[in-house]
Amino acid sequence: VNRRLEAPPGFGPDVEGEVLLSRDTFSIRYDMDRETGIISRRGHALEGQSLAGRIVYFPAVQGGVAAGWAFLELARRGHAPAGVLFGRTNPVMIQGLVLAGISVVHQVRPDPFTILRSGDRVRMSPARGWVDLIDTTTFA
Amino acid sequence: MKLGEREERICAGELGDPVREALEQQIAVGEFFGARRFVPVANVHMMGDMEVMGEAGFAFVEGLVRAGARFRIPVTTNARCVDFDRATLVRQRPELVRNEARLVELLRALGALPVDTCINYQTLYQPSFGEHLAWGDTGTVIWANSVAGARTNYEAGPAALAAGLTGVTPDYGYHQDAQRIGSLRFEVRARLEDLADWGALGGVIGRRTLDYWKVPVVTGVAGSLSPDALKHFGAALASYGSCAMYHLVGVTPEARDEADAFRGREPEASTVVDEDALRAFYRSYPAPHAEVDVVVFSGPQLSVFELGRVANLLAGRRVHPNTALVVTTNFGNHEVATRLGYVRAIESAGGHVLTGVCWYVMEPARMAAAFGWRTVLTNSAKLANIIGGYRLTPVLRRTDVCVEAAVSGRLPAEALDP
Repeated sequence: VNRRLEAPPGFGPDVEGEVLLSRDTFSIRYDMDRETGIISRRGHALEGQSLAGRIVYFPAVQGGVAAGWAFLELARRGHAPAGVLFGRTNPVMIQGLVLAGISVVHQVRPDPFTILRSGDRVRMSPARGWVDLIDTTTFA
Repeated sequence: MKLGEREERICAGELGDPVREALEQQIAVGEFFGARRFVPVANVHMMGDMEVMGEAGFAFVEGLVRAGARFRIPVTTNARCVDFDRATLVRQRPELVRNEARLVELLRALGALPVDTCINYQTLYQPSFGEHLAWGDTGTVIWANSVAGARTNYEAGPAALAAGLTGVTPDYGYHQDAQRIGSLRFEVRARLEDLADWGALGGVIGRRTLDYWKVPVVTGVAGSLSPDALKHFGAALASYGSCAMYHLVGVTPEARDEADAFRGREPEASTVVDEDALRAFYRSYPAPHAEVDVVVFSGPQLSVFELGRVANLLAGRRVHPNTALVVTTNFGNHEVATRLGYVRAIESAGGHVLTGVCWYVMEPARMAAAFGWRTVLTNSAKLANIIGGYRLTPVLRRTDVCVEAAVSGRLPAEALDP
């Protein structure tokens, strides 16, 4: 079984962490409480979940330029994700993640839901464009 | 990326550390998106307010000032989170007000022009066709690309700062011809009578597009379109769809006809947007009850003509004691609207005209808590989209419905679930 996601080369250092998968798109301003890093929009697939320390996946992004500063502020508050995986992204997400020094890739293949579950441990190498499963979650 | 001679000198540190670090960030972003080179830009428009930047962003800007950084091209600022003359009126935190004032001073020290507007394209800087820009605020970007035929990506605060310091931006995305070709076709078969209808149209198309890299092509709306209609349409399309460009066939400069918009290619999909689709969009914002807590006209800031419309609808009337009415605009329009009597008409009706701000960046959740607001009635689809994230209940309705509800304090039965 191939337990690797592939992507074009991205940004940032290699990181390891627990993966958190969202079926919903992501907007910093619309979906997240920027003081806590918790997804706050009612009905969002990750409502109530924290991004802190995790490697998070969103299939696409929505909206605006708030992302430019928000990751730096999240990092200052200790709530930044360890890494971010996108299906489709936009420039402001990347501008913000570069500023904060957070690893990121986009155009990941295949659909992460086909090989990963939230809670799995993964290793992400943006330079090679790899995201590898290293330990499955113990929760069913 | 291939660097020019000046960029090589920047990288070597000859122009100082802040400029070198700015260019390094631009290289990282450019390489992420496959840019091969930089293009010079003549104007930067940046989001720089405490609400969006946080303490980390503030410290970053403070560091630049301490290092002696200076912008090398004109950098204008977007709507901010504090109207310094009216902060007490809207019960904003003294700490936020203080920090925002300090931030404005820091940006001035970098050489920024704190014009504090999200409608720079209507009032301050009309880009020329083909001009490369580094603009932040999605509503300004989509206007520049679509209506002016200028070229810019979404440049968030730090990216705009970097462009201001280096005078260049990476050449990818909407700077390139290939990215500006239409991809999705939308045929409008609905009457658009109010600015809220234009926002709703942007919302419908945005929800269906939801991709920064897709360019919707809209047919069926040619005619005499007001800039305010295009403003609400674009702001909503950018907000709901993350879009940076659209073509209105027969209206915008890179879409004289459909073949021009698609450069002879087939659209990836074609969708009809009819009256039912617009009605369904309004219905996605049902009013939980008839009572209206606050009516907000903002997002984007109002033009003089929008201010005039609200003023005329309110003339000689009073906003209901249980309801608040808030309008935001920029300094220039406030001045003109004062001369025209619009500001007096709105204020003597009990409304507030806030200046240099946009409501959704003014910590609306805190403001709502301070005033006990839960439901926000607006004619701005963009605003309706955003404030859901603040756990407020947005209700999108046409401008006249919003004003009537502000006066009566209630939405009529037919507007509860349109």
